[in-house]
Amino acid sequence: MADNIIEIKNVHKWFGRIHALNDVNLNVRRGEVVVIIGPSGSGKSTLLRCINHLETVNSGHILVDGVDLTAKTTDINAVRAEIGMVFQQFNLFPHLSVLENICLAQRVVRKRDQAAAEKKAYELLERVGIPEKAHAFPGQLSGGQQQRVAIARALAMDPKIMLFDEPTSALDPEMIKEVLDVMLDLAQTGMTMACVTHEMGFARAAARRIIFMDAGQVIEDTTPHDLFASPKNERTRQFLSKILAH
Amino acid sequence: MTVRPDSARSPSFSGMGVGGFQPKALSRWRRLDHMWLLLIGAIALVALLYFGLPQRFGPIFRFIWGTFTEGDGVFMTLKLTVISFIFILLVGMVMGVFRVTSNPVLQWISSLYVEIVRGVPVLVWLLWIYFGLPGLLQLKIPDFTAAVIAFTFAYGAYMTEIFRAGIQSIAKGQMEAARSLGMSYIQAMRYIILPQAVRVILPPVSNEFVTLLKDSSLVSILGLADLTRRGREWVGRTFTSFDTYAAVAITYLILTLFFTRLSTAVERRLAVEKR
Ligand SMILES: Nc1ncnc2c1ncn2[C@@H]1O[C@H](COP(=O)(O)OP(=O)(O)OP(=O)(O)O)[C@@H](O)[C@H]1O
Ligand SMILES: [Mg+2]
Repeated sequence: MADNIIEIKNVHKWFGRIHALNDVNLNVRRGEVVVIIGPSGSGKSTLLRCINHLETVNSGHILVDGVDLTAKTTDINAVRAEIGMVFQQFNLFPHLSVLENICLAQRVVRKRDQAAAEKKAYELLERVGIPEKAHAFPGQLSGGQQQRVAIARALAMDPKIMLFDEPTSALDPEMIKEVLDVMLDLAQTGMTMACVTHEMGFARAAARRIIFMDAGQVIEDTTPHDLFASPKNERTRQFLSKILAH
Repeated sequence: MTVRPDSARSPSFSGMGVGGFQPKALSRWRRLDHMWLLLIGAIALVALLYFGLPQRFGPIFRFIWGTFTEGDGVFMTLKLTVISFIFILLVGMVMGVFRVTSNPVLQWISSLYVEIVRGVPVLVWLLWIYFGLPGLLQLKIPDFTAAVIAFTFAYGAYMTEIFRAGIQSIAKGQMEAARSLGMSYIQAMRYIILPQAVRVILPPVSNEFVTLLKDSSLVSILGLADLTRRGREWVGRTFTSFDTYAAVAITYLILTLFFTRLSTAVERRLAVEKR
């Protein structure tokens, strides 16, 4: 029980008349890497965004490290500081240098001093393989480099969980690998990760668990091996035949 | 932030600058020269009138410009404009943020303010606040303070709209990224959204400043000894309407041209810094 760092219980989310999440139940254990796949509009992004409260659920409960996000007394900023999020569109801060992108939240949220924040930033830039870009601005970087900065920015907060929403789908093919390598490295260090991605190579290499969503519901929850070898559901089979055909 | 030497040479950025190609860069400098030339020409004309026809124009200019110590003439115009503008920026920023929050009460306050203020001429607000407010509050408000309050109230609404549009022009992902790092709404506004919005709104904001500088002449009706008022007083004494109002006009022109140049320079600098 205590080992579940994310607990999602009977969650429903509506956007007007769209039932984006339909009774979702899902637990993620500490250190687990979960890949989420599913057709467009199936609610994958919505699910991730509910986990760090960028969207509020209409009913049900989400507990992150034992803290109920839906409780009125919860300090949502404190919870979010423990959850890193990486977006499809990177969302780097264009008016700040790479270094400042990584340092800002460390200073204003974690209250670290500039020296400590910079030290951390340089370590992380080293780790994602672009230490020489510390003083560049986001607009001067390639997409792959920007996404690696975005990962470093999230990691600088020392999060307990990392959420990835299609981190490579806005990238040119030659840059996908550099980002996946960073993610794979992260998975091997024992980070808890929930990744929406259709990179099946990554799923096989990094995840022991894969979830297939359709129409706001979790349809399958199994290992990548089993999913590819013997999908139980007809919708899963159809979807896989589409994405694996590429 | 530091200005990188390589980017300083080619100030092309997201529509603000012009591409680094030689012909375009050249035409940009030529356009720049035009505007500076106009300013220099206006100053030269004043010098010509002042020193070329000292008997005719010397006393006019000296009178309408006023003195720094007295704080009248040009100094009154500038003081009134700059001080009002600081408050206008504050009101615009706060009300602009109110408008984009998810709090319906704050939204409502902000839009009500904007709609009401925009529907009444600035001069009427000025008269009403200037003469009405002291009576209502039963206290003596100094003329200058009353004028600042009136301008802040009337122009704050236009500034609110500018800030609102500027904030809304920043991609939603910026706020989400900031919040996902654990920043509060106010921190995200302060460190992420507003600094970017300010770059976007700089042209309309400086435009507002120049408009305010000109509209500040409305206080001449109220009795504050600004540039226009000094001109009227001089005409009253000497009946040299043509010369005096020409001198007033060219003085405003020099001021507005100067501030327009200044804001263009700041814009270009920010465009370079952003890289
Ligand atoms: N802010 C919103 N307002 C209205 N509807 C929304 C909003 N966000 C998502 N939706 C709808 O909710 C449903 C689920 O969207 P979601 O973005 O979670 O899907 P997804 O699985 O991430 O799809 P994709 O693969 O295209 O990213 C879709 O029908 C979408 O149109
Ligand atoms: Mg999505």
